[in-house]
Amino acid sequence: MTTLRNGLISTALAIFLWWLLVALTGLPPFILPSPERVATALWTSRVTIAENAVVTIAEVLIGLVLGAVLGALTAIMLATFPLARTLVRPILVFFQAVPVFALAPILTLWLGYGILSKLVMTLIIIFFPVTSAFYDGLTRTPQGFLDLAQVMRVTPTQVMLRIRIPNALPSLASGLRLAAVYAPIGAVIGEWVGASKGLGYLMLLSNGRAQTDVMFAALIVLAGFTVLLHWTVDRMAERLTRHYAPDQN
Amino acid sequence: MTEAPAVTVEGSARISGQPLFGPLRLEMAAGSWTCLLGPSGVGKSSLLRLVAGLGSGIDFVGTLAANDGEPLEGRISYMAQDDLLFPWLTVLENTQLGARLRRETPDPARAMNMLERVGLSDHASKRPAQLSGGQKQRVALARTLIEDRPIALLDEPFSALDARTRAEMQDLAARLLAGRTVLLVTHEPGEAARLGHKIVVMNETGLQSTSGPKSDPVRAITGAETLSLQSELHELLMARP
Repeated sequence: MTTLRNGLISTALAIFLWWLLVALTGLPPFILPSPERVATALWTSRVTIAENAVVTIAEVLIGLVLGAVLGALTAIMLATFPLARTLVRPILVFFQAVPVFALAPILTLWLGYGILSKLVMTLIIIFFPVTSAFYDGLTRTPQGFLDLAQVMRVTPTQVMLRIRIPNALPSLASGLRLAAVYAPIGAVIGEWVGASKGLGYLMLLSNGRAQTDVMFAALIVLAGFTVLLHWTVDRMAERLTRHYAPDQN
Repeated sequence: MTEAPAVTVEGSARISGQPLFGPLRLEMAAGSWTCLLGPSGVGKSSLLRLVAGLGSGIDFVGTLAANDGEPLEGRISYMAQDDLLFPWLTVLENTQLGARLRRETPDPARAMNMLERVGLSDHASKRPAQLSGGQKQRVALARTLIEDRPIALLDEPFSALDARTRAEMQDLAARLLAGRTVLLVTHEPGEAARLGHKIVVMNETGLQSTSGPKSDPVRAITGAETLSLQSELHELLMARP
């Protein structure tokens, strides 16, 4: 509850500073609209914003789930097969080095203006943090656990399923926490490059029409959703891995 | 449990080209405790790991065999200094770890019985993080016992415990592992003096057997024989090549 209270206080403070900045500098609304104007825009354009938000949220959630599943499976594959490690890892590192922004126009060209290009964009942006965090965890199984399993004559499959994967769940959780923050970035970049729906599209559109207040309203909804998503994933990850964290004693 | 065999290791070992130990010959008598005492870094843990089948990376030239001619594989249980409890499993689940990992049907009644023998039946549903160091090592002992292997390899399992807990664990382990062929690696002369049917000192030059304790373990911590053995072992340990 303290966290919630502190959050409310700092939000109120930020809004006050924003209001003060507008009041003191007298900036025109199309440069920096006041909090009241944005609140009004949020209310009057609520239907438009909601329609576009639904699209972005769907892109983010589906992309997040697909990216997490694909990333986790890739990490397991890399940790299981030495050949995959030698062949696939350099490719992964190469792709990670390519700025995702640069891929967006190509993806739109290939996959069109619909939801698919945004899904793939989101998927790519979260695939790497999930894969590398989980893979790291999978390679850091305590040697003692592996020794014990060997003396107990456990098969490699069971070692993977019952020791290495559970032991790496906290690392997977860190990857997912990062992914929850990155996922909206992927969707919005995709929408900026070319879309007919979504919060990113709406922001670009209102920017072009000098409706800065609507742009801010959409931005606030996007930020609110990202915070909520991060919080949800964080809580889920914590519940899931409560007992998996390394022994503190 | 099948009949506990005697185990003999004879040979020498190198690790990435560097000599690790040997040539040496270590005999573990059937159904009794052999204590391998030595300073850190002389390769006593490596010797134990070799017997445990964990010697990948060690170049061993020689023989390692049980006197009944059967392979050692599958007849060994192993306990390390670290309790190696899985933090995500309960005490009961950790006790049945071997069966769980081999996908055999676990026998909770038997596991509870083991926990009772190590005095932890009230803690069965707890997680390892909720236990003290001594309690965790007792779970590790229960996990070792339930495997019911004729050979037990103990790699300094009590060295991280405080003096009183350590003495209690020694008594418990000696009682519960009686009748098995046990190899205990330790750097603690007092521990060897309490627990060994046979005590072997390992140092840079190889193995030195002591004259051999006359009484059976477990010996009293402050008993006359324990103390004289302890000073003999100290002297052997201090002698440098």
